[in-house]
Amino acid sequence: MTAKATSQATWEQDVLQAEGTVLVDFWAAWCGPCRMVAPVLDEIQSEHPDKITILKLNVDENPELAMKYQITSIPAMKVFQGGDVKTTIIGAKPKFALEQDLAAFLG
Amino acid sequence: MRKVIIIGSGPAGFTAAVYAARANLQPLLIASSVEVGGELMNTTEVENFPGFPEGIQGPELMARLQQQAERFGTEIVYDDVTELELDGPVKKVVLGSGAVHEAATIIYATGSAYRKLGVEGEERLSGHGVSWCATCDGFFFRERTIAVVGGGDSAMEEATFLTRFADKVYVIHRKDTLRASKIMQERAFANEKIEFVWNSTVEEILGDEATTGVRLRDTVDGSTRELALDGLFIAIGNDPRTHLVHDKLTLTPEGTIWVDGRSSRTSVPGVFAAGDVIDPTYRQAATAAGSGTVAALDAEHFLADLEDASVETPAAEAAEIITA
Repeated sequence: MTAKATSQATWEQDVLQAEGTVLVDFWAAWCGPCRMVAPVLDEIQSEHPDKITILKLNVDENPELAMKYQITSIPAMKVFQGGDVKTTIIGAKPKFALEQDLAAFLG
Repeated sequence: MRKVIIIGSGPAGFTAAVYAARANLQPLLIASSVEVGGELMNTTEVENFPGFPEGIQGPELMARLQQQAERFGTEIVYDDVTELELDGPVKKVVLGSGAVHEAATIIYATGSAYRKLGVEGEERLSGHGVSWCATCDGFFFRERTIAVVGGGDSAMEEATFLTRFADKVYVIHRKDTLRASKIMQERAFANEKIEFVWNSTVEEILGDEATTGVRLRDTVDGSTRELALDGLFIAIGNDPRTHLVHDKLTLTPEGTIWVDGRSSRTSVPGVFAAGDVIDPTYRQAATAAGSGTVAALDAEHFLADLEDASVETPAAEAAEIITA
């Protein structure tokens, strides 16, 4: 199981109404660090399919959401629970560092 | 045990890999997990790498260097080094995954990391208007007012690139002259969206949830003032990445790894260093590539000398036994 795409159209059900923990990776094709962190997020998703749902939101195709969540730097990873942002991680990081940042949600 | 492990995947690391692989040393290259390709991955057009008269995109150049290294048998691992043991004849490299690799020689080419301003607001607003990567984040500043701090080539490149998005780009520099190359300066001066703020240092980055401006201090008369901004891009240079080796290898007063003269030999036998991590002065893709070449050749000679020594030792022992 790897990270799936989400969009403006499915945001409400994918993220805001979702049960459990959802991590949204705000990314774009022209962002080098975004491409680097994508496989790391896929790995975390496949290792913790019951703890977290990882979704990818393309900021080029969904500028309204990027603006709404005040994204000014990508990759930006926001963790949602019950529709609220619980934590924000900015920048591509190695797997062990991301796992540390997400420890409270993966534990 | 391997013959050589290369740590780093910028122009120095991959060029060292090309040479080491062509010398049949079957190098293992530790490329990092999320910074493969190094600094050039976040640049746009590279116009000064020899052999590309039309220019080449930074990521494309790195992809080609990687292909060239792989073509001759370089093995690449996408992980980060967490621990190093450099003393003695067997060097140990521990990775984030827990895997341990051993080699007779190490080529250390970890490059440099963005330097921070070290002012109030920088950490807090990082990712909220404060950025170190124009190509990643420029997109979010369409029709906004932003500033670049710095006076070198990367500051000029970022400022020029950011005018594609922003309405106004200030360049804040602590002196009244630039360190940047002539061609980059002229490009920035000719750009109507760029305005220079000379003789000024950033004292504080302002804003609660998002960047709203900076407080500047005039370096000539000491006066302070505020400049309203939606974003601030920091391009004030880089620091060598020595955190894994600063207590194992001798460093220079500039903080780079010390090497012996024009060679790549560090203070520990069998450990070689190349690229930005040994270079406080030039820090170009082309000089890093040259430096990687030197390191691979030095490692090759070191290994050849080891082999000669191991051939001589048994013969000497045999002679002793006969005499006895």
